[in-house]
Amino acid sequence: MPVVILRAPLTDLAGGNHELRLEGANVGAVIRSLESSWPKTAGWILDDQGRVRQHVNVFLNGERVREDANVAPDDTLHVLASITGGS
Amino acid sequence: MRELLVGTKKGLFVLRGEQPDALPVATRAFEGDVVEFAMRDPRTGRYFASVTSGFYGPRVMWTDDPLGEWQAAKGPAFPEGAETSVDRIWVITPGEADGVLYAGVAPAALFTSTDGGASWSLNEPLWKERIAGDWQPGFGGLALHSICPWPGEPERLAVGVSAAGVWLTEDGGATWSTGYTGLVPRYMPEEARAGTNALCVHNMHRAPTAPERLFMQFHGSVYRSDDAGSSWNEIAEGLPSGFGFPLAIDPADPDSAFVIPLTADADRVTPDGKVRVFETRDAGASWTARGDGLPEGDAWLTVLRQALGRDGEGSELGLWFGATSGEVFGSADAGRTWTTVAPRLAPVTSVRAS
Repeated sequence: MPVVILRAPLTDLAGGNHELRLEGANVGAVIRSLESSWPKTAGWILDDQGRVRQHVNVFLNGERVREDANVAPDDTLHVLASITGGS
Repeated sequence: MRELLVGTKKGLFVLRGEQPDALPVATRAFEGDVVEFAMRDPRTGRYFASVTSGFYGPRVMWTDDPLGEWQAAKGPAFPEGAETSVDRIWVITPGEADGVLYAGVAPAALFTSTDGGASWSLNEPLWKERIAGDWQPGFGGLALHSICPWPGEPERLAVGVSAAGVWLTEDGGATWSTGYTGLVPRYMPEEARAGTNALCVHNMHRAPTAPERLFMQFHGSVYRSDDAGSSWNEIAEGLPSGFGFPLAIDPADPDSAFVIPLTADADRVTPDGKVRVFETRDAGASWTARGDGLPEGDAWLTVLRQALGRDGEGSELGLWFGATSGEVFGSADAGRTWTTVAPRLAPVTSVRAS
């Protein structure tokens, strides 16, 4: 199963887990597995329509991807907030 | 004890105290996130907050103890296939039926909870009106921000939308009609006004003891309806400006309304550098400036849509408002005298008294 690496505040919502192994054939399915296992994460990464939120970045083996990117069992996903400033 | 829930650009502040001029911060929640709106349901005592993370989106949070843990509600969220997502939750309003609450969101839609706020579902008939009518956003987005239940009649509801006017239902949201008559969109060319749905409602409240009466702060004027929101009469004469966002009423007096005018849509600050709340007690025939204790000069404040709240009624009406400067002001004597309740919070988005 692919590895998903989270940062705060998502780690807190996922029971304090920084790193999880989750099922899924693409990014959206992996995030849905996260939401199923840790319901407090629901709606934080994917929006109402199942799209990765505008200001959330998902990196697949170092490449920024969207929800429809295919994921292999030995892949690594990083989920983190965009770098922003000014408010 | 008095309690104020102050939503800000930097979290929720809960102010508690015995005296109106001494309401210290009891707690701060949702640090780093915008709290668009927060209220306490008087029927259950449950607290609700609309919280928007700049990264992780909007959500309704609820708790029975604001000094403790908050829970995330299930929704509001558009059903898959709606091709849109909730951007912001503008308002949460208790309904008349047991366990019912309403939420108004952007893009403009009404959500209903029948389980005390734990989960929410879209009112699809109004959403279909939005699609069919091609509603267009105001400067602050396409927002359903005002929800006015009818006391004792849970099937009747009026909602205000920026910028799609007033919508009315008498069958619990199964069908909707417009309340456009009398509203004048002076921000549009005169030849384009007739028949337009681009009606920028800024705020709307119903008088609970005479529910056919509503007051509205519009984009550029103030209105009163005496027929449950079907038609509107302009009542802005006597105000320094027709422009503004906040609106409150004294629930004991159906002829009462309170507004905080701003100079104009192009200059959204308190007129002449004076902070004043304007009160009518004759249904808008005349207005009285209330500013005893408020900043009288070089005070160029902006007071946002949900940033005026009230508690009590009659001579003990409490009025509480905050500005984007981070100040919160209050009056415990129906606006006759004012004090600074909190001088240096974050930019204030909403104020409600518990």
